[in-house]
Amino acid sequence: MYNHMVAQQMERSAADQIFAALADATRRDIVTRVLRDESSVTALARHYAMSFAAVQKHVAVLERARLVTKTRHGREQIVSGDVATIRAAARLLGQYEEIWRGRIGRIDEILAAPAEGETP
Amino acid sequence: MTVISTTPDTATLTMTIVADLAAPPKRAWQVWADPRQLERWWGPPTWPATFVTHDLVVGGGSSYYMTGPDGEKAHGWWRFLVIDEPHTLEFEDGFADEEGTPNPSMPVIVGRVALTEAPGGTRMTIVSTFADLEQMEQLVAMGMVEGMTAAMGQIDEILAAG
Repeated sequence: MYNHMVAQQMERSAADQIFAALADATRRDIVTRVLRDESSVTALARHYAMSFAAVQKHVAVLERARLVTKTRHGREQIVSGDVATIRAAARLLGQYEEIWRGRIGRIDEILAAPAEGETP
Repeated sequence: MTVISTTPDTATLTMTIVADLAAPPKRAWQVWADPRQLERWWGPPTWPATFVTHDLVVGGGSSYYMTGPDGEKAHGWWRFLVIDEPHTLEFEDGFADEEGTPNPSMPVIVGRVALTEAPGGTRMTIVSTFADLEQMEQLVAMGMVEGMTAAMGQIDEILAAG
């Protein structure tokens, strides 16, 4: 039943890839930057204390998870955020959050109700 | 809504939820400790929970199931890791088969509940820790079932019916 639900939302392996890609602080930072403004890999690399090749690898991981897209402009590779995928990932986490919002709402109701046969 | 903040963190695989409750910690503890109160909020209105056992001691556990709209049952289990009444509760929450036997291929989350005194009642902080990314994703799939059923209107009926 649950697998069926997830299949409707997103391929299971795709979700794994997204969360794995976002588990790294540098990659989260890259996603944040390119969501605001597309950027060349060269320009991105200036922000991090690591080699161009290392940044390029991070971008490749993000690209495989479809969190960013890369297009070639002359000699430059331009990276931009894939808003649809990022929204889908956020939605997945949001649904777990919704479980707890529902639970806390119900706890509120129980605490607000007069105690039944309990000493206050 | 009394939920103060929710903080998902895909790096540490945690979801932290902070809420303020209008009752002192001693009273708030009861919604966790008393299985009859627990089953009024653990499952959503369309998937109510029934706690068959609820042995609130360290090393002890609970056995429960949630009943869906078509009568289908989803079984789960808890195991208590830390109990410090009325302030701290830490437990594992997992899935089980029809006989209540834990299903090792399904996700286990560790939930840590902190109830601290706050103006007006209790601040409740719940940190859910997922074992790995795959489990986090499975759990989120669970959320889809529950997420669709946030029908708050039914709660009043439940409470009115006593």
